[in-house]
Amino acid sequence: MNSPLSGRLDRRAAIKWMLAGTATVMVIDRATFAQSSPVSGGKGYGTDPDLIKEYKPGDFWPLTFTDHQRRTATMLCSVIIPADERSPSAGELLVQDFIDEWISAPYPGHDRDRERILSGLVWLDGESKTRFGRVFIELKEGQQSAICADICREEVKQPEWVEPSRFFKRFRDLTAGGFYTTREGMLDVGYVGNVPLATFEGPGPEVLAKLGLA
Amino acid sequence: MLTATSPDPPTVLIPMPHISAKDLKSNYDVIVVGSGAGGGQTAYTLAMEGVKVLMLEAGRNYDPASETPMFQENFRAPLRGASTPDKPFGFYDATVDGGWQVPGEPYTNASSEPGRKFEWWRSRMLGGRTNHWGRISLRNGPYDFKPYSRDGLGFDWPINYEDLAEYYDRVEMLIGVYGSNEGLENTPNSSPGVLQPPPKARAGEVFTRHHGRKLGLPVIPIHRAVLSTRLDSKTIPAKLHPRNPRAQSILAQAMDERAACFWATPCGRGCSIKANYQSTTVHLPPALATGNLDILSDAMVSELIMSDAGKATGVKFIERKSRQEMQVKARIVVLSASACESVRVLLNSKSARYPNGVANSSGKVGKYIMDTVGARLSGQIPALENLPAHNEDGAGGGHVYVPWWLYREQHAGKLGFARGYHIEFTSGRQMPGMGTFSPLDWINGGRYGRAFKEDARRYYGSFIGYAGRGEMIPNEDSFCEIDPVVRDKWGIPVLRFHWKWSEHENRQAAHMQQTFADLISAMGGRVRSAPEKDGSKAIEPGGSIIHEVGGAIMGSTARNSVTNQWCQTWDVKNLFLTDGAPFCSNADKNPTLTIMALAWRSADYMLEEMRKGNL
Repeated sequence: MNSPLSGRLDRRAAIKWMLAGTATVMVIDRATFAQSSPVSGGKGYGTDPDLIKEYKPGDFWPLTFTDHQRRTATMLCSVIIPADERSPSAGELLVQDFIDEWISAPYPGHDRDRERILSGLVWLDGESKTRFGRVFIELKEGQQSAICADICREEVKQPEWVEPSRFFKRFRDLTAGGFYTTREGMLDVGYVGNVPLATFEGPGPEVLAKLGLA
Repeated sequence: MLTATSPDPPTVLIPMPHISAKDLKSNYDVIVVGSGAGGGQTAYTLAMEGVKVLMLEAGRNYDPASETPMFQENFRAPLRGASTPDKPFGFYDATVDGGWQVPGEPYTNASSEPGRKFEWWRSRMLGGRTNHWGRISLRNGPYDFKPYSRDGLGFDWPINYEDLAEYYDRVEMLIGVYGSNEGLENTPNSSPGVLQPPPKARAGEVFTRHHGRKLGLPVIPIHRAVLSTRLDSKTIPAKLHPRNPRAQSILAQAMDERAACFWATPCGRGCSIKANYQSTTVHLPPALATGNLDILSDAMVSELIMSDAGKATGVKFIERKSRQEMQVKARIVVLSASACESVRVLLNSKSARYPNGVANSSGKVGKYIMDTVGARLSGQIPALENLPAHNEDGAGGGHVYVPWWLYREQHAGKLGFARGYHIEFTSGRQMPGMGTFSPLDWINGGRYGRAFKEDARRYYGSFIGYAGRGEMIPNEDSFCEIDPVVRDKWGIPVLRFHWKWSEHENRQAAHMQQTFADLISAMGGRVRSAPEKDGSKAIEPGGSIIHEVGGAIMGSTARNSVTNQWCQTWDVKNLFLTDGAPFCSNADKNPTLTIMALAWRSADYMLEEMRKGNL
């Protein structure tokens, strides 16, 4: 493996090193995140926000994604949660904007997600170019899927895919969190609550039968 | 002049006449510091009986009718409602200006070692923590008042279960508690007709009940302060306020303003239809309607004012908006600011005459702080996969629980720890939040695309979590004192905590996790993580269950306790503590119901003593 300190360094190796969390991270960060400003120290929504109001990403703190990052995130959201007969894709439900809100938030832990997600998006383009000669959003569906297939598993054997798979796991968590909290996502899994009822009947005969307790 | 910032809610007939500092009367019968379960109950009982009460609340005024996010879905909230340091229980949690840290109002810990820290949850709002609490309302049983007599550890209370039973009935009738009478050991029945019918168990709760039998676990309806039906405003007021027609009529009206639960929205957000108990919807409206209660919010009490004769004549407080220090006087002072905050006021009331603080001739003020022992474990149950879509919101909290079931084995010394715990459940098809689908990777190894969506449908609702809530025995190493250096933003010296679990608590926590693992296995499920054999790794940090009590324990002599059985301090007879501070043990039963029962009993005693001219 190339050392980031020795001679020339191709982009892919650089990103891998960055993702591996070496001492060079700060240096490479500057270049990679040129567009973004640091989030730490910003203000959150405070300890007494209005709970009745409806909010949208960007209401409390500035967002991060560049146009390209947003398009890449949109595409990845929809690869992870595509449209099917039951519900739209995560991209159609603007989950990428929620992810942008999340990684831009001035709370502990969000800065770590920010670094992981932004670095991961760069890696994704690098990997796409290496394999298929184009950035991620320009790939065919099968090509996008081929990359995701290599980094989607919990247990990753190849060392070069360890960091990308951590990125993918976090991105998938955020995508699922963003998607299944929408009305479409809640309906998709069969959440039918949040409506006032005159009585609470408990599980019906069909449910009890499935549990073997009828 | 009103200080209320919210418009009057449409359904409320009773105005909320909060006052501003300039409208304070020159003298009150009673000052109540704090507006939560203890303060609410004290002020209610006194005001309904004609006593002029001033309630001081450190936080802001709060109106559940207009401020509660009842049906807001998570997508309307920043970060999908996920918890942040600003809102530790999530965006829609009712807590205002609160959490384990309150900006500008620090506390300190004497040790930074793991297991030696205490975390102190506060909120700064009218009604305090009653606005967001879990509403679990379990009675202490006969053993719980005599733990020392039973196993030689800790302290006996100066009262028996029988002394408090009537007050448990009264509180349950007033606030509305669902549950059932099962007649189990040390798990008292309520009097006939007192409890409301419990809601039916959810799928995961039914399934646990069925398979728990193999392990001898009794899964029974839990008791929670949620109205499963409307309160009977025709009969209850006369039972609670005999010979007091005005109180009866005010209470009947207040009860009629409360709707029954409509089986939606989590109780932790509060309840705009007043279906669950919070001080702001249940205690304060009728108390205010009597005209006998003034409430001053944004009033941070710093210390007691003492007379030369050794009586409390009033309190000093900081009016938070103007940052001015003010004083107000009364015949009786009641601290109900939450156990540790009340202790802080006593210890900060230092003078030449009271070098260790007021009511502290025993040296026991601040000693024996207890929390509840907590440990949890979760799993996935294949039998709960792919269930037909159905609504499991229910009463916005658990419907069943497992009371402690190993009294005999424990008493025979077979368990290695001296006190019991109960089990609470988290199960079902709840409204999805940020973490709902995080465990999918654990189950499916990590997927994406259509397969991920199919898995989400399959596994939604099949995850189940069990939490143990156990008794901590008071010990000499768990206490609080005034930090010699640190002050809060109001200039008031802060508390410094010392904390240590004993082996009784650690072993109990390990027993909890092993039980949950056995239970999940008995249900054919997979345990998320192996149970810890070392209980110190299973136990949650001190203060995290937010059941802190003690610090001014009650007892039978002035030498070894701070208050008598009436929550009256031995040293200062017109000074009372009606929050969790007088608890001298902390049974596994959640403390709030007992705080209210004790507060009512204490307020009855004040009324009697005032009538006799003793106070």
